[in-house]
Amino acid sequence: MKLALSLNGITRKDRSRIGGKGFALAMMQKSGMHVPEALCITTEAYQEYVSSTGLRDQMHMELYRKPFEEMRWEEIWDTALRIRNMFIKTPLPSELRKQLRAPLASRFSRRPVSVRSSAPGEDSSKTSFAGLHESFVNIQGLESILEHIRLVWASLWSDRALLYRQELGLDVEKSTMAVVVQEMIFGERSGVVFGMSPVHEKQSAVEAVYGLNQGLVDGTVEPDRWILDRHSGQILSHRPARREKILVPAPKGVRLENLQGTLRRRAPLRDREVKEVYDLAMKAESLFGSPQDAEWTYFKETLHALQARPITTRSASSEDQRPWYLSLHRSFDNLRGLRTKIEKELIPGMETVAREMGIVNLPALSDSVLAQEIGQRSRIHKEWQETYRRDCIPFAHGMRLFGKIYNDLMKPKDPFQFVSLLAGSGMVSVRRNQMLVDLAELIRKDPSNKACILEGKGDDCKPEVKKGLKRVLDQFGDLAWEKGRLGEDRDRLLKLVLQMASHPERETSARAGDPGELEKVFLSRFDEEQKSYALELLDLARASYRLRDDDNIYLDKIQGQVLAAVEEGRRRIQERSTPESKTMEIDDLLKAVQSEAPVHKPDQKAQQPAKKQSFSLKSRQILGQPAGPGMAVGKARVVLGSSELFSFQKGEILVCDAVDPGMTFVVPLASAIVERRGGMLIHGAIIAREYGIPCVTGVPDAVNQIKTGDFITVDGHLGIVIIGEATL
Amino acid sequence: MDKDLTKIKRDLKKLLQSQPLAVLATQNRGQPYASLVAFASSDDLKSLYFATTRSTRKYANLSGDSRVAVLVDNRSNKASDFRWAMAATATGKAKEVGPVERKSVLDLYLAKHPHLKDFVHSPTCALCEIRVQTFFVVTRFQSVMEVHVRR
Repeated sequence: MKLALSLNGITRKDRSRIGGKGFALAMMQKSGMHVPEALCITTEAYQEYVSSTGLRDQMHMELYRKPFEEMRWEEIWDTALRIRNMFIKTPLPSELRKQLRAPLASRFSRRPVSVRSSAPGEDSSKTSFAGLHESFVNIQGLESILEHIRLVWASLWSDRALLYRQELGLDVEKSTMAVVVQEMIFGERSGVVFGMSPVHEKQSAVEAVYGLNQGLVDGTVEPDRWILDRHSGQILSHRPARREKILVPAPKGVRLENLQGTLRRRAPLRDREVKEVYDLAMKAESLFGSPQDAEWTYFKETLHALQARPITTRSASSEDQRPWYLSLHRSFDNLRGLRTKIEKELIPGMETVAREMGIVNLPALSDSVLAQEIGQRSRIHKEWQETYRRDCIPFAHGMRLFGKIYNDLMKPKDPFQFVSLLAGSGMVSVRRNQMLVDLAELIRKDPSNKACILEGKGDDCKPEVKKGLKRVLDQFGDLAWEKGRLGEDRDRLLKLVLQMASHPERETSARAGDPGELEKVFLSRFDEEQKSYALELLDLARASYRLRDDDNIYLDKIQGQVLAAVEEGRRRIQERSTPESKTMEIDDLLKAVQSEAPVHKPDQKAQQPAKKQSFSLKSRQILGQPAGPGMAVGKARVVLGSSELFSFQKGEILVCDAVDPGMTFVVPLASAIVERRGGMLIHGAIIAREYGIPCVTGVPDAVNQIKTGDFITVDGHLGIVIIGEATL
Repeated sequence: MDKDLTKIKRDLKKLLQSQPLAVLATQNRGQPYASLVAFASSDDLKSLYFATTRSTRKYANLSGDSRVAVLVDNRSNKASDFRWAMAATATGKAKEVGPVERKSVLDLYLAKHPHLKDFVHSPTCALCEIRVQTFFVVTRFQSVMEVHVRR
């Protein structure tokens, strides 16, 4: 059976073997439209590849280790990265390679191509999910084409596709992917056309940019937009873009450049051409029998159809979070802009807000003013939480983007090797912890301090200890997490530091590989022209890694100020003996503020032994995600609130619902971290890597399944937590 | 957890009823020994039953040490097992079924294995009960839960 079909050899019966995209191109070519020369790699090639290499079996292991319903998007992204890495690491079997190489070589050995996904069923009018799978433009050379075919195959399992697994009917045994290898046409002007506007069924829409249309499709270049009457093709309106950028071919892929001045003032299409593009959509519609959305390009004044698919409107309910996750995929340029905003505007803004709140002398406020203050602080905090969600969370994609590019280039055995290039970049939480460790060192030097701390007489400690404590509290005392503040109780904090003092300091660098060496090798893969891009990408990824933790710390400082005002209010209420006194205002506010903070409560029932039952259930081995390599055994400390945190003992394992950087001051004492929230690049995982301790995230219901004092084993290599001893 | 227990008991029951055979582990002076047996399970999941002739090695082992482990699983020997297959290891003690319960146990056992009628009625055959202490239930390759039986 032929595994590669040229467009003119394709008939209707091939549709399911070559996917919607390939089929549409073949039909358009047959009807006389200008279509780039293309070769369709059939689904049998994918099947052969995943069967004969054993990849299909590996995917079973990877995809189904946890139920999808228990996975957050970040875990799904991690899973997709692991699968992608399997495809990167698994070469084509020689027989398959031979079969694909020959037809590709006769057409494209010297011509640049685009390599596009063409999943069967994806483009049927019921399930059109543009952008879930990957396509690559301007790929040159046979080896590179073959490699990108594998990447397109891998994108059958992209995080985006996995989010829509139910709609797509994703199944390791059945799902498959065809690929279109298409001659690259470097059009001067490109765009998309909607035969029927997604927002108005009596209209059509044309969008156009200068250069390649990849820039339009991924949102980096703003298009001019025309609305037409769907029946007459008459132009109803034209909305010009701020024409600033153009996507052009670069030696490897594409590059964003500034648009030259004369073009900025001129629309990419003349009215006559808008009509010609509209006609293309109508022709495709009559060919396929339903309104189409098509990509096109003008090359030397000739209009070419690049692809066409049926228009579908995805009805997004407001509860569907998936469009938000899809929006987290940001381009390099978008991330660059975000970084500037976060570093120059948002972090200084958060610092100022927290500082200004800190100056207010809360005890001096009257009850009613304090009530106002609580309300205002909580409003301000909420606004910053919104900003955090809008700008800071998407910036975390910087490290993901880097990870993907790193893996493509380096093909590492460990798909998360890239994280070791990002760690150790001077996070605020690590600086805070170092101050505590230094304070512990001071206490250790003079044993008389120990007695003072144990008796709860911190004020009697040596002056340098008091000074050290003040330094920590001045900088970080207001740092809060959901349930408390670092500086809420000095004596308890001192006791914690005493714990650190009673054990020799641990080396903080147990990271795998030598980051310096890895960095050198990574950079050496870029030629001179691209070096500055590579350096900027690495720098951006490091900022993304560091800020992921840091911006939370600044947000936590604002939360700390909310809590400080709430504590003051609570203190006053407790002092009052009559409940009907005029503290009601504060009381109500406190309730309002507290009910807004989602607090994870342990499942009470689970903690009581089921006495009447004749069976009892206990977790023995729980699966999570391997988020920090290494193995540790020790007693669990399940942290639900401040008291568990401050009574943390050296060598215990931190078990938590969701690690917040405000809590990680105990990590220098911890021998491992276990967290319910999942992901390789979340706070718990990041801080664990900084200290070189094992970490397992994504452990379902961790704080209920594990109890404080349980003897547990944390396997950070495999992502497993074992509860109890090995004996029966 | 109550909900989880109900679910896992339901799954366990389904598994025990769907599988005719189990691997029985016994030991003799520290030497483990595994054998395949046709088994049945009580409705309350607290007992497993199997039959063996008295001349077998497993019977001799049981006479020396009544502690056993039994493995029941529904694998299909394909990669998809790593997602779908369930395995349960039961630990407990085995003893021969006494004359009082023999009739009801035989009914239960032969309802599942009617073709073993002649075998179990042979005077050389012993009908045994394993009183389960704990089930170790493995799903998704590595997820392990313990179901402890209280008596």
